[in-house]
Amino acid sequence: MAKIVINQDRCKGCLLCVSFCPKGLIKKSAKLNKKGLNFVEFDLNGECIGCMQCAIICPDCCIEVYK
Amino acid sequence: MKKRKILISGNEAIAEGALAAGCSFYAGYPITPQNEIITYMAKHMVKPGSVFIQAESELAAINMVYGGCAAGARSMTSSSSPGASLMQEGISYIAGSRLPAVIVNIMRGGPGLGNIAPAQSDYFQATRGGGHGDYRLIVLAPGSVQEAYDLTQTSFDLADKYRIPVEILGDGILGQMMEPVQLSVKKIKPNPPKSWALCGCKGRKPNIVKSFFLAEGALEEFNLSLQKNYEIIRKKEARYEGLFLPDAKVILVAYGTMARIAKSAIIQLRSAGKKIGLIRPISLWPFPQGPFNAKNKKLKYLVVEMSYGQMLEDVRLAVCGRQKIEFLGRSGGGVPSEEEIINKVERIL
Amino acid sequence: MEKIFTRPESLYDLPTHYCPGCGHGIAHRLIAEVVDELGIREKTIGIAPVGCAVVAYDYWNFDCSEAAHGRALAVATGIKRVHPKNVVFTYQGDGDLAAIGTNETIHAANRGENLTVVFINNAVYGMTGGQMAPTTLLGQKTSTTVEGRQKEKHGYPLKISEMLALLPGVHYIERVSFQSPGEVLKAKRAIKQAFRNQINNLGFSLVEVLSPCPTYWGLSPKESLDWIRDVMQKEFPLGKIK
Repeated sequence: MAKIVINQDRCKGCLLCVSFCPKGLIKKSAKLNKKGLNFVEFDLNGECIGCMQCAIICPDCCIEVYK
Repeated sequence: MKKRKILISGNEAIAEGALAAGCSFYAGYPITPQNEIITYMAKHMVKPGSVFIQAESELAAINMVYGGCAAGARSMTSSSSPGASLMQEGISYIAGSRLPAVIVNIMRGGPGLGNIAPAQSDYFQATRGGGHGDYRLIVLAPGSVQEAYDLTQTSFDLADKYRIPVEILGDGILGQMMEPVQLSVKKIKPNPPKSWALCGCKGRKPNIVKSFFLAEGALEEFNLSLQKNYEIIRKKEARYEGLFLPDAKVILVAYGTMARIAKSAIIQLRSAGKKIGLIRPISLWPFPQGPFNAKNKKLKYLVVEMSYGQMLEDVRLAVCGRQKIEFLGRSGGGVPSEEEIINKVERIL
Repeated sequence: MEKIFTRPESLYDLPTHYCPGCGHGIAHRLIAEVVDELGIREKTIGIAPVGCAVVAYDYWNFDCSEAAHGRALAVATGIKRVHPKNVVFTYQGDGDLAAIGTNETIHAANRGENLTVVFINNAVYGMTGGQMAPTTLLGQKTSTTVEGRQKEKHGYPLKISEMLALLPGVHYIERVSFQSPGEVLKAKRAIKQAFRNQINNLGFSLVEVLSPCPTYWGLSPKESLDWIRDVMQKEFPLGKIK
């Protein structure tokens, strides 16, 4: 089992992680962060494989990966 | 202190002075009439730890010097007027980053490509800060080959002391002429500690060398700190030579090569019983205002330049309307002669 | 659970000023990761450019200098010659490295300066508002090529990496891309190689990164990556050039 932790205040909502998650576990939030941007949310109930694609493509170093 | 005397040119004396001061980084680009500096440095900067680079342009040379200074080395470049113009961008960055560079400009005729004859027409460029922004350089103008050697050493000390670029402003005559020079091979003092320099952040927080201040008010605050530094320099570092000032009826004002010719004229005029004196600014910035404080309203000044009224403006500011100021200048290769000076003095006496 | 991906020590924990989806953030992180992995943080000196990445030194946790626009390799030459045991790299955009600084770039490379260059090619001037870069593609619309870049008026996209590869002083040049996580990992390997080359005194190494600028390409971040893959890469093929 793996999971990711997203720094949602830091997230700029570019959604690149959403595009590359092979399991479709990252979604754009309907909520806004302090910057006024739609951040992304991780589905804690999904089957994250810890592939790190989201973290590797994140331009803002917002994602930590645990396995 | 070991002393010996050698016969060298002004350009070589500047190079030798730099080496004596512990200059360990030189980058330059050839241009007449200062080529002896770059070739002298190439020949002598061969020991490990000293860096000589013939750059691809004056732009590159001054930015290599930026790097050399940022890395903590005593660094110098040299050029002549058109090349000095190209360096102005880098000099502005050096001033803005508080780096202690030494820049030599052995002036030639301008504007544009001009010619390769001696001139003093980069006075404004040097003393007003030829690049963008509110900054100053310390500008020193040697009047002899010996002084070229001595002042180059002083330049490095001042640059380090105030973290400011220092320019040595000479002309083609000073650069080319040969005179005996007493070499005072000082024991090189270690550079003052440069805690701001870049050498890797082992054991400390990272250093950043920069001139960029984006936060609101930050640049104004930085510029005020520069002004504070300049104010101290104005008070402490003005240098000049005064000759026959107490009884003078006419005081000639000239610097560098021009002051030598003025001195010869004065000797002739004095031997004919005429009371003529000389103020020779050695620092052009800060301009020595002190010697211009005479109260005698009948006193006259005669500013003599190898340019058309550049230092004249500083003399006007220093005299502040108290006395009459006359001017004699030639430029573009013309050098006012002893005879021309004597004729002019006799007309205004 | 063990943390398997986190911020490198050489990258400060700060928000960046870059637009959403901008490649600079990835490039900054990769350099920081490489510096950490090679254990050289305490002897690294970075040279930041003029352009969008002008304050890169605010994000990196090691010594840094600024350089005037285009002069990064002259400044880097000065620093490296004084401190040959330090690791010195420049971080430059296409305008900086391949337009205003072409001379400094070519001559530092030709001298074989033992330096590492990370060259961000996003085919546009970002900081100043999306004008034509030397690497702008033919037909690409920018604020100064409103009808698209035309070879008759604006010349061709400049392939400076291929030009530099001709120089004997150059040891290593590779072009990489940020178009996908897989390519980002390849980019990191290339950057690491370029740093390792310097540590081993092998001479001038440059990594050209095809990096997205969604704002001035007028595309979404994901569309920008796809544009690199489908369009930009055709003009600037990936792989080792030297």
